[in-house]
Amino acid sequence: MRVRLWGTRGSVARAGPETVRYGGDTAAVEVRGGDESVLILDGGSGLLLMTPRLENVRRIDLLLTHLHMDHVQGLGFFPPLRDSGIETHLWGPVSTTLTLEERLLRYLSPPLFPVRLRDFKELHLHDVGPGTHEIGSFGVDADLIAHPGSTLGFRIRQERGGTLAYLPDHEPALGEPEWVVDPRWTSGFDLIKGVDVVIHDAQYTEEEYRRRVGWGHSTLAHAITLASGAGARALVPFHHDPEHTDDDIDRMLAAARVPEGLEVIPGRIGLELEV
Amino acid sequence: MAQEPIEIILLRHLASYLAVPIWITDAEGNLIYYNEPAEELLGKRFDEAGEIGADALDALFLTTDLDGTPIPNDDLPLVIALREHHPAHRAMRIKRLDGEPRTIELTAIPVIGQGERFLGALATFWEKH
Repeated sequence: MRVRLWGTRGSVARAGPETVRYGGDTAAVEVRGGDESVLILDGGSGLLLMTPRLENVRRIDLLLTHLHMDHVQGLGFFPPLRDSGIETHLWGPVSTTLTLEERLLRYLSPPLFPVRLRDFKELHLHDVGPGTHEIGSFGVDADLIAHPGSTLGFRIRQERGGTLAYLPDHEPALGEPEWVVDPRWTSGFDLIKGVDVVIHDAQYTEEEYRRRVGWGHSTLAHAITLASGAGARALVPFHHDPEHTDDDIDRMLAAARVPEGLEVIPGRIGLELEV
Repeated sequence: MAQEPIEIILLRHLASYLAVPIWITDAEGNLIYYNEPAEELLGKRFDEAGEIGADALDALFLTTDLDGTPIPNDDLPLVIALREHHPAHRAMRIKRLDGEPRTIELTAIPVIGQGERFLGALATFWEKH
């Protein structure tokens, strides 16, 4: 699998000279299979940057971890949904009361957005619960993880390929002041266990986290602890705080204590990985 | 051991912060956690007792009605919540894990997660004076 990051920012897009290196667009990740099938992870504003690469694609499977605005705000502007002849399958988390379509309509309808969901062409919606799903040529394990609202994390694999875990919004340390990774009682553990690469929330510094417990996000140290504890080989810190400049993120990464056996690959826009 | 569903993980976190006694069972009825206030009423720390299998639970606490009549396993609130997926309540007498008798009221609630997944039950109880 080839993985490319098009949107790395959390919460809200932030464009400007201070975010050029790590990126100002919100979550969007392209995953290409060995057979050129395309999986897109989340529909943040980074989706628009990806569009030119989709010219010869006939089918796209787009997996939404959850429906917070920074993960869906690119959908309304995504050309394949308008008239490109690309069959698009949108997969999103189950809810106890409303379908994925009903929830997306809250954003993709007036007055919040001028275009209605029903105006999109060749769009197929799928409510996804925990479990294993065959999506195109990918095997996808989905599980609900600790983040406000119904939120999924994904573990993705392809025949003769590696494994990728994607948990962009995740607070595994919630309720655990002296957090130690316990395989049975740690949110997201099974998704990350032994993967080649995990793309994971690393939004806060430790000082910021103390003021934002319960907001659904991690520190870089939490992400490292979880990735290492679950035996991941590489961690891509992701979902950068919109208040952090490139220099701030540099400082966070430089100060991080990374245990032996784990590689930390900074999550920046345009990063390409072979998994 | 496999990771628990997020709803059960978060429930355990919440229970660990509450001053109300709480038990949590998995979908098979195995007691997988109880909090510190429950330890007081049950007479043993969870770390000492460990998990208790569904088969052992009834015999362990020797539950009876207030008049001393044994309660059939199927009529216990937790068993009803697990079997019928709705809340159940009852006053009863139990013997703590250290053998001391107590009279309690117990309410059991099924835990049904996203996508209508049945994940287990929680019980809260208090001493009846």
